[in-house]
Amino acid sequence: MDAVFLARLQFALTVGFHFLFPPITIGLAWLLVIVETLGWKKRDEVYARIGKFFGKILGLTFAVGVATGIVMEFQFGTNWAEYSKFVGDIFGAPLAAEGVFAFFLESGFLGLYLFGRNRVPAGVHWFSSLMVAVGATISAFWIIVANSWQQTPAGFVMRNGRAELTSFAEAVFNPSTMVRFLHTVDAALITGAFMMAGVSAYLLLKNKEAEIAKRSLKISIFFGLIVSLLEVMPSGHEHARQVARTQPEKFAAIEGLYTSQTGAPIVLFAYPVDRPPALKAPVEIPGLLSWLAFGDVNAPVKGLDEFPYDEVPPLWLTFVSFHNMVILGIYFILVMGVGAFKLFRGTLWGSKKFLKVLVWSIPLPLIACQLGWIAAEVGRQPWIVYRLLKTTDAVSITVGAEEILFSIILFGLVYLLLGVLYVYLLVKKIQHGPEPLDKKEVFA
Amino acid sequence: MDLNAIWFLLVGVLIIGYAILDGFDLGVGVLHLFARDNHERRLFLNAIGPVWDGNEVWLLTGGGALFAAFPVVYATVFSGFYLALMLLLVALIFRAVSLEFRGKVDSARWQKIWDWSFGIGSLLPAVLFGVAFGNILRGVPVDAAGRWVGSFPGLLNPYAILIGVLSLILFTMHGAIYLSLKTDGALRNRMVRWASGSWMAVVALYFLATMATIFVSPFLFEGMLRNPLFWVLFLLLLASILTIPAFLKAARHFRAFLASSLTIACMIGLSALSLFPRLVPSSVDLAYSLTIYNASSSEVTLSTMLIIALIGMPLVIGYTIFIYRAFKGKVVLTSDSY
Repeated sequence: MDAVFLARLQFALTVGFHFLFPPITIGLAWLLVIVETLGWKKRDEVYARIGKFFGKILGLTFAVGVATGIVMEFQFGTNWAEYSKFVGDIFGAPLAAEGVFAFFLESGFLGLYLFGRNRVPAGVHWFSSLMVAVGATISAFWIIVANSWQQTPAGFVMRNGRAELTSFAEAVFNPSTMVRFLHTVDAALITGAFMMAGVSAYLLLKNKEAEIAKRSLKISIFFGLIVSLLEVMPSGHEHARQVARTQPEKFAAIEGLYTSQTGAPIVLFAYPVDRPPALKAPVEIPGLLSWLAFGDVNAPVKGLDEFPYDEVPPLWLTFVSFHNMVILGIYFILVMGVGAFKLFRGTLWGSKKFLKVLVWSIPLPLIACQLGWIAAEVGRQPWIVYRLLKTTDAVSITVGAEEILFSIILFGLVYLLLGVLYVYLLVKKIQHGPEPLDKKEVFA
Repeated sequence: MDLNAIWFLLVGVLIIGYAILDGFDLGVGVLHLFARDNHERRLFLNAIGPVWDGNEVWLLTGGGALFAAFPVVYATVFSGFYLALMLLLVALIFRAVSLEFRGKVDSARWQKIWDWSFGIGSLLPAVLFGVAFGNILRGVPVDAAGRWVGSFPGLLNPYAILIGVLSLILFTMHGAIYLSLKTDGALRNRMVRWASGSWMAVVALYFLATMATIFVSPFLFEGMLRNPLFWVLFLLLLASILTIPAFLKAARHFRAFLASSLTIACMIGLSALSLFPRLVPSSVDLAYSLTIYNASSSEVTLSTMLIIALIGMPLVIGYTIFIYRAFKGKVVLTSDSY
């Protein structure tokens, strides 16, 4: 067995599984800030109950996210020792900064938020909900910083056989950090909105706690519509333009552009094959890609043929994951748009079919997150650090294939178990519905 | 003191912070295996419920700081300890989810499964941290190129296992003292007895471990007796460890907890001092050791990271104290509890 392939498989497994949870946590955390703010200002019990109910979902999700996240902090060293030595001067700093500026904040205040409703004044409790959301978001920032540096490295010089930091600011705010950060966090907000909307829709369908369900549905639909719109325009658009500027191979792969051309078309649908590289049955709009990427229908766009054969990413996976992500992004706008329209017309509470759509849409943003991540990471191949270090040169030399295989099986089984239990407990919690407040929690 | 030495100190502080804070969580997890009924188990879980997460962040930040400041150590040791580390990670995963999962289903069998998972998920890390530490003190097989040349079974040598047992008992004592702060009545008296019993074992094991270290790694003691810092730490260790039983007897549980925290800090501090300026002694040839100079990041990175630490850590310590104060006193079970 090929150790490089196995190491990549293990990383994909552990990071992919972990990445199911933070988007839910970040999204729900911000929605809970809205809920807790309303509850605190209006001194309304209903909001406190919404907070308590979704807080438990947040707590469950956070626990699995933390459990799977520990692995991330260590596996650069275990599986990617050569990479760690090569980029350690730069890559370790954002990971440490995440701990110092984000993890402590998030996990410390989450304890206070979940267990402190009775123990601290309402204002302090509200503040703890805000700090959870802020912490989770800062955490996302530093992780995106680290990953963006792999995509568009900056602020360094090659010295002593490794990349050494010259400017921390340039490395942190490298050309792709901010657009990718906004795009990813917005994706998390969409995920949270669909979670809250779907759960509320379920409660309404089961005619359980309608008062709570209506309010949380209202909040999540308004919130969800705004963030879904923002995700496509300007966030997704700007991100694509940045990729076109800074990583033309990746851009060509996600858009399925084989040959360099002026007036490049956008491919709405096609079935890509890797060998020989071709798009089957493409549906295209001429000139649109050039216009979207560079603001001119005649602008030249580089195709895959422009680059050495061994320096372009695998086409099929990149193209398919990117296009399906875009389709889902448009779907989110439509669903939230219809929801807002029905809310405006006053027909939302009775639209059983639409409520069912909301329930079944809960996992879709997570799929979109995974697809976007695949497009971003597979689109970066064969580089682990773009045009600086190849993935094949980055693995731990001293770790054997059979050791990696063993740990893949180990983590595969553990994660399968965790995934099943998470879904089981989540569904159970949702079916059980919101709990009454403890005596002390009731506003006097 | 140069930047590299400052970072040696800071990584040491993070490790000590982790050992003190998550140390009692792990100890509570071990004691959880010996709890008598469901009510006791819930008290144990909720004694650490609101804080264990934040405590574990010390480990994550320590890992990140090691990566940032001494990437060669991060890469060499973690890839070298591959299987041991995977085992540790799985144990920590189970500990984390057990807390959250246990109370979610009202079935005795379900809860029993997660009780065991929580207990073993705490016991294993408590031992493994000691085993890892023991291996570092003993020296690990690193060749001239700073590359790992050892094997997994080699990590399970008698000396490392001795340190593993020491850390297990040390954390159990620490956890028992923490629980004596958080519980009442007969349960508290039992925790005090656990603490006193494990205290005796800690003293005996620490003495044994020190003797073993003289034989296994004599280089750690070079020049120590002439080092004033050694004497400061040594006397602090003596003072703190010897006052624990007195505080327990006088029912000054918080002071006993501080003394046991200081004991942990001094033990790690003494080991770190004896390693300095090495981070990972090589068992192949001491000259191949990874030190704070040949394994470090550049000066730019070290100074940037220092600024981050100086801005961030005071804030962290500030709100951590605030949060602990909010949960001061005996455990009270509510509908939010585990």
